[in-house]
Amino acid sequence: MEKLIYLDNAATTKTAPEVVEAMLPYFTENYGNPSSVYGFAAKNKSAVDEQREVIAEALGADAREIYFTAGGSEADNWALKAAAEAYESKGRHMITTKIEHHAILHTAEYLESRGFEVTYLDVDENGVVRPDDLRAAIRPDTILISVMYANNEIGTLEPVMEIGKIAHENGILFHTDAVQAFGQVPIDVDACHIDLLSASGHKLNGPKGIGFLYIRKGVKIRSFVHGGAQERKRRAGTENVPGIIGLGTAVKRAVRTMEERTKKERELRDYLIDRVLAEIPYCRLNGHRTERLPNNANFSFSFIEGESLLIRLDMKGICGSSGSACTSGSLDPSHVLLAIGLPHETAHGSLRLTLGEDTTREDLDYVIDSLKEIVAGLREMSPLYEDYIKKNK
Amino acid sequence: MYSAKVMDHFEHPRNVGEIENASGVGTVGNAKCGDIMRIYLDIDENQIIRDVKFKTFGCGAAVATSSMATELVKGKSIQEAMQVTNKAVMEALDGLPPVKVHCSLLAEEAIHAALWDYAGKHDIQIEGLEKPKSDIHEGEEEEEEEY
Repeated sequence: MEKLIYLDNAATTKTAPEVVEAMLPYFTENYGNPSSVYGFAAKNKSAVDEQREVIAEALGADAREIYFTAGGSEADNWALKAAAEAYESKGRHMITTKIEHHAILHTAEYLESRGFEVTYLDVDENGVVRPDDLRAAIRPDTILISVMYANNEIGTLEPVMEIGKIAHENGILFHTDAVQAFGQVPIDVDACHIDLLSASGHKLNGPKGIGFLYIRKGVKIRSFVHGGAQERKRRAGTENVPGIIGLGTAVKRAVRTMEERTKKERELRDYLIDRVLAEIPYCRLNGHRTERLPNNANFSFSFIEGESLLIRLDMKGICGSSGSACTSGSLDPSHVLLAIGLPHETAHGSLRLTLGEDTTREDLDYVIDSLKEIVAGLREMSPLYEDYIKKNK
Repeated sequence: MYSAKVMDHFEHPRNVGEIENASGVGTVGNAKCGDIMRIYLDIDENQIIRDVKFKTFGCGAAVATSSMATELVKGKSIQEAMQVTNKAVMEALDGLPPVKVHCSLLAEEAIHAALWDYAGKHDIQIEGLEKPKSDIHEGEEEEEEEY
C-alpha cells in the first residue's frame, strides 16, 4: 500500500479492531430484535443496556439518561427541535454561537423559519465564547442555550462549565454538541450543568451511524422518531445493536486510553504547531493556543488556497481538510474562520490537521517537510504573493 | 472528482510565471471567493501570441483551467485567442465538476482581460472583445431552498 498519513481524525476515525470484533457477533449470531420475548433475542436488550451504562459512567450520568441516535447530527437536531417544541409555552428564544456545526446552525435557521428567535453569539479571536455576551443575550423568553464543547474546525474548547452555570442560574436548558470533545477530554454533565449533550461514535474509533443524546432526567423532551417503544418511547426504531455495541466498546476504550493517548497527542500537536509556525512564513495558527482539543492543529497560509493545498498533500499521501470555499461547496469560506475575524482570503488558505492515536513524530516530520515544499510552490504561482512581494520590496 | 487531464494540469501546470514588459496583462477574480487569475501575453507585431504566462490563486480547477487556457492561446493570433471560450477550455480538460464551471469562465475572462489591456495600450479594436467583468461571481451562488 502507498504511504498514507491520515490527519483528518476530526472528520472520522479508524474503527478500532477491538470495536469491530465486539460488533461482529451481533450481525450473524446475536441478530435478534431486543424487543422480542424469546431469550435468544432478549439478551440483546441487556447487551444494549450495558452500553448505556458504559456511556453514562463516562459522563457522570445515569444510564436512563442516554438515548441512542443514528449519530451526532440527529442528536443535535433532536435536542434543538424537541426543546423548542416542549418549551415554547415558556418562550421562543434560543441562544447559540456563530461557530457551531451546521447540524446546529441549520436546525436553528429552520426553527427561525418556524417563528423562533435565535441569537448567535460572537466569539473572540481564538474562537472562545465570552460569558458576558451570553449573560447579555439572555431574555425572559430564552428557553435553550446551545454551545459546543469544542469546535470541530479550530479545536477551541469552550468555557462550558461557566456557560452551564449561567444557564442553570437563569433556569435555561443547556445543550452542548460534544461530538468532537467526547472521548478527548473528560466531561462531567453535573459539574457543567449540562442538560442535553450530543455525541457520535465514529469520532472516537467507533462505528459510523451511531451516536447518542444525553437528556437529563426531568427535561421534558419528547419523541423525535415516533413508532415503537424503544429508547423509553423517545426514539422509535429497532435498535442498531451492532452499532450500539460498537459505540459502547469504543467509549470504554476511549475512557481507558484517554489520559495516555491525549498526553501523546498533545505533545505531537505542539510539536507540529511549533515547527510549522517557525518554519513556514506568513502562516498563523487558528484557534486557542492551549485551550484546544489535544489532536487539533489548524493553520492559515497566506496567498494560497486550501483545496490546491489539500490535493497536493493528497499526492504525497497526506489527508487533511480545509475551510476554503472550494471544500465547503459554496463561495464562502468556513463560517468558523470568518467568525474569528479572518479575512476571506486568509480563510481560504486554511488547513486542518487532526492527529489520531497512531500518529507518530516521523509522520509529522514528513508532513512538515511536504508542507514547506507545497506552500512555497503554490506561492510561486500565486498572483497575491507576487503582489505582496512587489509591494514590500 | 477531477478528470485525469485536470489532475495533470494541476500537478504539472504549463506556462506558470510572469512576463516582464508584457504586451498585455489581465487579472480577474476575487480573493473573497477564493480565486484570482492573472495572464501575461507577449504579442508580436503580427498580432500573434508569442508567449503566455499565468499565475493563479485558487483551487485545483482554477489552476488547471488557467494552465489549459494558456496552452490553447499560445502561438495563436489574437482573433484565434478570442475563440478560446470557457467551453473550449472545459472540453480540452475532459470536463469539470459542475461546481467548478466558474473556473473555466474565469480563465476565458482572464484571457480577455489581458487582450483588453493589450488593445488599450496599442490603441486597437479587437472584434468581439468587451470590457472584462471585474468579478465573474456576481449574481452567482443561488442556493437551493432547503426546507
